[in-house]
Amino acid sequence: MALDDRKTDGFKYIGTRPNRPDGLDKVTGKARFGADASASGMLHGAIVRSPHAHARILKIDATRALALTGVKAVVTRADFATGLTGEDADLLENVIAGEKALYDGHAIAAVAATSALIARDAAKLVEVTYEPLPHVTDVDAAMQPDAPIIRADAADDSVPEGMHPNVVRYMEFGRGDLEAGFAEADAIVEQTYKTEATHQGYIEPHACLAQLGADGRGELWCCTQGHWFVRRMCTALLGLETSQLRVTPSEIGGGFGGKTTVFIDPIALALSRKASRPVKLVMSRSEVLRATGPTASASMDIKIGMKRDGTITAASGVFRLQGGAFPGAPTAETMQCAFACYEIPAVHEVGYDVIANRPKQAAYRAPGAPMGAFAVESALDELCRELDLDPIEMRLKNASREGTRSSFGPRFPRVGLVETLEAAKAHPHYAAPLGPNQGRGVACGYWMNWGGETSVSLAISEDGTAQVTVGTPDIGGSRASMALMAAEALGIPYENVRCNIADTGSLGINEPTHGSRATYASGLATIESARQAIGKLCERAADKWGIDAEAVIWEDGCAKPSGPNAGEFPPLTIAEIAAEMGSTGGPISGHHEATPNGHGGSFGTHLVDLEVDPETGRTTILRYTVVQDAGKAIHPAYVEGQFQGGAVQGIGWALNEEYIYGQDGRLQNPIFLDYRVPVASDLPMIDTVIVEVPNPGHPYGVRGVGETGITPPLPAVANAVATAAGVRLRHLPMTPPRILAALEQKAGG
Amino acid sequence: MRYHTAASFEEAVAIAAAAEGVTRFLAGGTDVLVQLRSDVVTPDDLIDIKHIPGVSEIIRADDGGWTIGIAVPGAVMGEHADLCRDWPGVVEGMELIGSTQVQGRATLVGNLCNGSPAADGVPALMTAGATVSVVGPNGSRTVAVQDIPTAPGRISLSKGEMITAVHLPARAEHAGDAYLRFIPRTEMDIAVVGCAVNLRLDGDVIIEASVALGAVAPTARLVPAAAEALIGSTLDDAALSALAEAASAACSPIDDKRGTIAFRTRVAGVLARRAAGIAYDRAKGASA
Repeated sequence: MALDDRKTDGFKYIGTRPNRPDGLDKVTGKARFGADASASGMLHGAIVRSPHAHARILKIDATRALALTGVKAVVTRADFATGLTGEDADLLENVIAGEKALYDGHAIAAVAATSALIARDAAKLVEVTYEPLPHVTDVDAAMQPDAPIIRADAADDSVPEGMHPNVVRYMEFGRGDLEAGFAEADAIVEQTYKTEATHQGYIEPHACLAQLGADGRGELWCCTQGHWFVRRMCTALLGLETSQLRVTPSEIGGGFGGKTTVFIDPIALALSRKASRPVKLVMSRSEVLRATGPTASASMDIKIGMKRDGTITAASGVFRLQGGAFPGAPTAETMQCAFACYEIPAVHEVGYDVIANRPKQAAYRAPGAPMGAFAVESALDELCRELDLDPIEMRLKNASREGTRSSFGPRFPRVGLVETLEAAKAHPHYAAPLGPNQGRGVACGYWMNWGGETSVSLAISEDGTAQVTVGTPDIGGSRASMALMAAEALGIPYENVRCNIADTGSLGINEPTHGSRATYASGLATIESARQAIGKLCERAADKWGIDAEAVIWEDGCAKPSGPNAGEFPPLTIAEIAAEMGSTGGPISGHHEATPNGHGGSFGTHLVDLEVDPETGRTTILRYTVVQDAGKAIHPAYVEGQFQGGAVQGIGWALNEEYIYGQDGRLQNPIFLDYRVPVASDLPMIDTVIVEVPNPGHPYGVRGVGETGITPPLPAVANAVATAAGVRLRHLPMTPPRILAALEQKAGG
Repeated sequence: MRYHTAASFEEAVAIAAAAEGVTRFLAGGTDVLVQLRSDVVTPDDLIDIKHIPGVSEIIRADDGGWTIGIAVPGAVMGEHADLCRDWPGVVEGMELIGSTQVQGRATLVGNLCNGSPAADGVPALMTAGATVSVVGPNGSRTVAVQDIPTAPGRISLSKGEMITAVHLPARAEHAGDAYLRFIPRTEMDIAVVGCAVNLRLDGDVIIEASVALGAVAPTARLVPAAAEALIGSTLDDAALSALAEAASAACSPIDDKRGTIAFRTRVAGVLARRAAGIAYDRAKGASA
């Protein structure tokens, strides 16, 4: 979608760094997060969870729990809708187990009581009789002929005959003559790569307050990235009419994709319905790690051919992803992004979506992309070493640009990969000297971004200020960005705009803040809403002056005659028009709703310097630079924050974060002590370079920036470790024991 | 659960001795409260001992020996200049525990009595030759720190017994100690391997030495063979190699989520060499 009314320079407010509107409340503790909601007569919920990775549920006896003073309700699967199909059926099965517990931590029942402590004690009194079943948690093991069958009927028609029932989806695409391409190559790398499951690690655990009456009308306050999704899912699982549930989002302490679905909200609603009281449910950290939606683990075979001059001649990949006990691993996204950075004449990809006894995966920042990037960008680095090529020059030679036929089909519109590579090459970081045991890694990454259903309203207040009402929760500073775009369009100061996140009762459907879409899509709708309001403001001025509305222009927050022929009138400010609006035709507002699809993809190039202690295998990140195309940075500080956050999460994934399952199929590290996200003292300040290649599909050129940044760090760090330590690790995370073992293996010949 | 605030050690011992079921003493609470909240240990009797007179004091005796109260938090130890000068390794082990906030509460005795093989505060106490005073229903006794832990989560005190103070010997001239731990991150982690070294010099020659390892066996333990490797040397390469070999040989670790047997065994030797180097420099006058 190309827009005729685009503006890409000469901005007054866009590109400045004003204070965030939510800043004061957050630093003074006034901001209300999920667990801050309360209601009179409120009960507290607690969830009974499976200690088994895979078990048949023979009996649930809540007699003793219900006998405890203060316990008001116990719910099980019997308290939810029946006859669901497709994704709703999977969602319900994950929210509360039916016949089988499918993973360690799977919810089995829930209790509501007059205090959180009583609820916790009561949950321990719910007696569940299990028949443990064989389990499997590794993706490759789950595909073996002798692997236990987790759900016999989860596969669809895409899966070729003869595959294990744990393979539930199959994908394949490609083009070109693969054989001829590899024949043309001077060097071929063919390797297998693995990544482990990681968690988004948002600081705020899931929390909600639910109220649902016998009349089927309800209210839900919750911490979410998308409350219309929550409304649709909850009402489906509880058998309610969609519009009878109003969902209000709280402030949100991180989500990274993991809060685009539901885990506890339907349970709180079911408890509330049964107890006839409001019910609050708050997850502990261990519950978050065991039973929300980490990302998939992956096992990948990559083959790439390259000429001596660095030209990629052919590439193929087989991608096996495990996304928990349900279909939905982001295999397609892995495949779409894996080779997206390069123009490749012959490419072929095969993908498997595999189920295992783990929690149902949820979106995590560029879902699927980091795994594929790890495999492909590592393989390319191996080729660069073999052919003695500069990794940036090699990438520039093959880089996708406007008109390139992508590995997944469509041709790219104007994109900024070449610009990020040029900026990385010119950055002082790339020429800085390295010491002993140090190495530098380079890698690129891509995320396609998203548009999605969007509905925004903008209203002019009596004093000429403006309020913007959006439906995308502010997870990365979007209220500031919306206010900047509205201010720019209206020609009024940033401080004169307030952006509010509305509940589901106040706007049409909005998809969640996901797919790096909020600044793009809600921003586009904000600008269009402002333009609609400007049209009305001009009409009011035209009426007052007695001239045609077409003869009025809007400049710097004022209506002005378009030229001498229109007449001689002093400009009318927005405040002057707004003060009279009640008597000149009523309230002035703008509204825009659409499913915009001009989201431009964002490419990035990362540089990392690190040091590996050859005696312990411990990696220290010394320097890190993110270069990424933002299209247009509305609030550059927030853009930089997204770049830095993506890099840090990617570094964690590369070095120390992983879901570790024991022989018993139980998660071994469900606390932050042992699920090792990087802490502040682990990392240097992440340097950032914002490249701006305007997106043709947004009025101001915006591209989503939230996700691309987590994609290059996995291979960039692996490539740097290969230089620093002299060993190539093809299995993430590159923990000190794994690096030391590789060093010892190399030393032992 | 019954919560008691003891005004004296005698009272605390009486409560503990009379208690049936699970009993825990509460000073800093940085292990007890975490275990309580995560359903690992739910005490029937919780005895708060931080209000007993004198438990928050650090006292240096006339002979130069130190007595550290059982409720002295890590942050207070770290700000005690004289203690840091005498026993930098003991203090740095304690200061590695938890976050800044945890340091405001966590105590040396709590770290010892939690019984973790990975306790950062313990190896340097062992190499320092530290002892603890113990009182119980049958009177009082003095116990060497290395005799306190017996197995993961278990200690040698019997029912009703409690530690009332930690004692560090007077610091000799030309001596230094150091503690290092291996973690994959820089903080907020549990030792995968820990190593303390304490030594004393005559000129350049090591005349006394002690080496202890943590997280590589069911308890933190002294490694006499590693100490032997140092004594009589000037910390030359041969001595360092022998030290590393002895340290690795003393390991009987487990494979778990935090590290492998091979990794722990290898890195124990690496840390021993590095900790010995720091202790040696400190003995030569380098400040911590």
